[in-house]
Amino acid sequence: MTSITDPQQGSFRLSMLINDTRYRSYTFQAIAFVVLALCIGFVVNNLFTNLAAQGLDISFDFLGVPAGYDINQRLIEYTSQSTNLRATMVGILNTLLVAVLACATATVFGVLAGVLRLSNNWLVSKLMAFYVEIFRNIPVLIWILIIYGIMTISLPGARPYLGENPDREMLFGMFAFTNRGVNAPAPVFDPLGWVVLAIFVLSVVGMFLYRRYAKQLLYKTGRLLPMGWPSVLIVFVPAILAFFVLGQPITLDIPDTMANRFNIKGGFQIGAPLIAIWFALSIYTGAFIAENVRAGIQAVSKGQTEAAAALGIRPGRIMSLVVLPQALRVIIPPLISNYLNITKNSSLAILVGYADVTATLGGITLNQTGRAIECVLLLMLFYLVISLLISGLINIYNNAIKLKER
Amino acid sequence: MKKTVLFGALTVAGLAAGMASAATLDDVKARGSLNCGVTTGLVGFASPDANGVWDGFDVGVCRAVAAAIFGDPTAVEFVPTTGKTRFTALASGEIDMLARNTTWTFSRDIDLKFEFTGVNYYDGQGFLVPKDLGVSSAKDLDGATVCIQTGTTTELNLADFFRSNNISYDPVPIETNAEGQQQYLAGACDVYTTDASGLAATRASFENPNDHVLLPEIISKEPLGPLVRHGDNDWGDVVRWTLNALITAEELGVTSANVADLAAAPTDNPEVNRLLGTEGELGAMLGLEADWAKNAIAAGGNYGELFEKNIGENTPIGLARGLNAQWTEGGLIYSPPFR
Amino acid sequence: MSDTHNRSVAFVRTTEAPSLPPPSNAAGPFKWLKDNLFATPANSLLTIIAILVIYAVVTGTFPWMFNGVWNSSSLAGCREVLDGTTGACFAVLVERWNQLLFGFQYPTELYWRPGLAFVLLFVAAAPVLFFDLPRKLLIFTAVYPFLAFWLIWGGSITAPLLAMAGVAAGYFFYQRFVASSFALGFFGAIVVALLVWKIGGAILPGSEIAEGAMRSVPSRDLGGFLLNMMFGVTCVSLSLPLGIALALGRQSSMPLIKFICVIFIEFIRGVPLITLLFVANVMLGYFFPPGSGVDLFLRVVIMITMFSAAYIAEVIRGGLAALPKGQYEAADSLGLDYAQAMRLIILPQALKISIPGIVNVAVGLFKDTTLVSVISMFDLIGMIRGPILASTEWSGVYWELFGFAAVLFFVVCYGISQYSQWLERRLATDHR
Repeated sequence: MTSITDPQQGSFRLSMLINDTRYRSYTFQAIAFVVLALCIGFVVNNLFTNLAAQGLDISFDFLGVPAGYDINQRLIEYTSQSTNLRATMVGILNTLLVAVLACATATVFGVLAGVLRLSNNWLVSKLMAFYVEIFRNIPVLIWILIIYGIMTISLPGARPYLGENPDREMLFGMFAFTNRGVNAPAPVFDPLGWVVLAIFVLSVVGMFLYRRYAKQLLYKTGRLLPMGWPSVLIVFVPAILAFFVLGQPITLDIPDTMANRFNIKGGFQIGAPLIAIWFALSIYTGAFIAENVRAGIQAVSKGQTEAAAALGIRPGRIMSLVVLPQALRVIIPPLISNYLNITKNSSLAILVGYADVTATLGGITLNQTGRAIECVLLLMLFYLVISLLISGLINIYNNAIKLKER
Repeated sequence: MKKTVLFGALTVAGLAAGMASAATLDDVKARGSLNCGVTTGLVGFASPDANGVWDGFDVGVCRAVAAAIFGDPTAVEFVPTTGKTRFTALASGEIDMLARNTTWTFSRDIDLKFEFTGVNYYDGQGFLVPKDLGVSSAKDLDGATVCIQTGTTTELNLADFFRSNNISYDPVPIETNAEGQQQYLAGACDVYTTDASGLAATRASFENPNDHVLLPEIISKEPLGPLVRHGDNDWGDVVRWTLNALITAEELGVTSANVADLAAAPTDNPEVNRLLGTEGELGAMLGLEADWAKNAIAAGGNYGELFEKNIGENTPIGLARGLNAQWTEGGLIYSPPFR
Repeated sequence: MSDTHNRSVAFVRTTEAPSLPPPSNAAGPFKWLKDNLFATPANSLLTIIAILVIYAVVTGTFPWMFNGVWNSSSLAGCREVLDGTTGACFAVLVERWNQLLFGFQYPTELYWRPGLAFVLLFVAAAPVLFFDLPRKLLIFTAVYPFLAFWLIWGGSITAPLLAMAGVAAGYFFYQRFVASSFALGFFGAIVVALLVWKIGGAILPGSEIAEGAMRSVPSRDLGGFLLNMMFGVTCVSLSLPLGIALALGRQSSMPLIKFICVIFIEFIRGVPLITLLFVANVMLGYFFPPGSGVDLFLRVVIMITMFSAAYIAEVIRGGLAALPKGQYEAADSLGLDYAQAMRLIILPQALKISIPGIVNVAVGLFKDTTLVSVISMFDLIGMIRGPILASTEWSGVYWELFGFAAVLFFVVCYGISQYSQWLERRLATDHR
């Protein structure tokens, strides 16, 4: 595009705006700007004309008005008297919650399926191929509906667990799986219990420090310290000791089947809608991640594996020390864009009755206030911010792992 | 805002077009068909049958309006709308009227700038529970899981009801009635709540309807009626008085069976004559033919006939007239006089 | 020597012994089983788990499937026939077959029209998909959009003919003048096409066919799988040129153009399709002049096209970036201007690299067309969740209907992705 033309000193003719490559781009940009301004002006003008014709206006006052509806799944305090803004915040947190959960499990599913698909086991690799194909080729909407349907129908209601003589016993007396959700015991911390927790956290840190030390020792001297069992010891032993020494300060709040005639109360509850959308998004996206993982592993040239084997490295270590570090470079960028897809697909949560931001702000609030334009604009703004943050992450990562060429 | 000035000409053109489109009746006549917003499918009120023909109580109102304008009850395009899309569809002019069991509320009338042209069904929010749950009153529902069909005023009523009775509940919002049924029957919720009419219709489609009961509490007033945009009073009048014609026809004993005879020649009853156009100029005042009401009644019958045919006691939905009986029979259905 | 040999040894084999079959665990099915299923203990465990999973799935679904009832008029009828045994109620598929495919409002006697359009789609797509077919077939591909439009919507033939005439005039103008200047050819072609439409529209009478075979069908009467296909095909084909333009714009050296394209692409890619559909449904109507009456179908086409254009633009940008810099430099050194370089050197190669990516976007987009059911359009899923499950006869038939939808989408999407893989191998003309 940088063709060289004879600069004609001092003389500027109007025709050069079209014919001279030096000025032509300004002409194009000026035209583009005018066209864009015309389009935006046209649209905005239409919008205000149409709104004025119906006596409507754009106003975000509804955000401060009490929402009036209840939300079943909330991470922050919320009642039906809270404002629409609060309801939106609840929805945003729910979106983020399900996105984070689904990203984690989808990665697990994806890595498992991707590695197993490359396994020597014919049956397993075919099964994984089937999993990948069937989830990649059927819309996520259908999967969400099917998975929610299966959960609803195959799990029992809450009622069989309730009362004096229940039809069903809770698993280990503390876990109940119903189509309303999962009830599990919740830990209750006495003041001393927090000490145990702190010790546990410290031990985890200690474990990482030990592993780092072991690695450095390996690189420096070639001596290989055992990794597996010391890690387990470091993590669990101090915490368990502290737990008993301090007199068992952590107790369990076991779900109560007697408190209420409708539902199991108490303990730790995860609602069925959350589980359904979480599972559906994870298993759907897992299929895509599996393909990325497979492609990443296959992208590592076979010579690397053979070279490592020739050096006498054991097969397990070949994977973790030679193949995976190189494969990750290929795997991670599409992985993050899959995370982005999970976040965006979580907007289908309303199909299972999960109160994400599309269901609160873009659903019930929109319905009740009739402020469609405002709600949809806010909704898009939220998703846009999230995506830009995640794409920013991708860029940072890409720059960090760029092959350092010398 | 400089751009707005730049597009002053466009604005003028736009305003002119806006004003032109304000005369909905003329638009409808020019188009040759009425665009009527209905639900995406609620048996008894509006649902397409196996051949794609829309049928139901709300559909009957649409057909009556079409018949009043064109003399042809089939000159209607039914536009299915969800709770989310119905108001924008109406506001943006995609539909001319909305007959989609929509509750007449203050904010919809004033804030959203719609005009409710009457009430064709007095409903209220009820609760459906399995019989073996042993619940006899909605006040016993403390701690229950409640399936709510979203998109109407139900969520707000429910929240208000439980708050005022100081009891708690777990809401499960549901998009469509079919999914609500699935959840409820599978025991994922203890209670299903929506308008009582909808609950009756849902219960009727169960395998064992007798295992489920409607609780006696009706926790809200839900006057459902057709609505149009604010600001086009002529068009609002057409819809309002078509509905009133159906109601008056029942009151006066004019049915789809005898309307042709009654309209053939003036009868002894002057109100019947005015209604059917054999006396006076009511049709012309509305901007319609003189036999507009006759056509509207002939389309699907009077109010009572529509009710009986679509949701009455002899249909699977089996709703009693109750509040929706004529005022002469102790109900609330009441039309201003035709004079 | 041989004599000694003969005498000293009692028996010497002079012919080669027939080779024995390998031990049973080193060949045949056993070896295969051992190598592929039970190589290591961990492997065997995996195999056993896999077999258990398959067994559970098979025993769970097969009786249900093979005991299915195909002939009944309602779910209650199915339950009567099944009489308490497990079995699917496939009768709903038979009964509502047409509704699932065409929606509930498309006139029954006109089903042959979308059916024919569907069949012709393959004829039209074939020369694009398979390069070996005679190039003459591309003429039909060019005619197909107008033909399909006419078949599906019906009405007077003058509209599609006029549209075709305009496009043809534009095309010939472009062919005539592109050699001298791309800009003249391109923009001139647009002007010529617009002129033809304007003049033709004024001259030709808008004859309306009310009844008969080609009677017009409003777009809100479209539905079922037909709607998914139409959104998929229309939006992907419309978004290709738009995507190319956006990709070029994003690579452009002009900051303003680049800025506009980046903003557009990042904005569209940053929001879920469902919010764009909300825009189509609740907002877009306000953006058009009052009374223009752009219907929901068109608004959704606009939004989905923008959506897929942004994704296709990113794929093509990848293709452009993957081209060696030498290609750009070579084009410059030949003295080609920007349009010529792009048209003759860069884009043909970049597009070739991008084809598999574009097909992936197309598959994803086709799957995403099911989202229109959320905004009260009656596509396949909308039909199932709306009229069919809401009807008194069939309320409660979930698995059969969603299973059918899943199978239908699987067949189409799997077919396309297999094609894409074939194409990828086919196009791998570089040194490998």
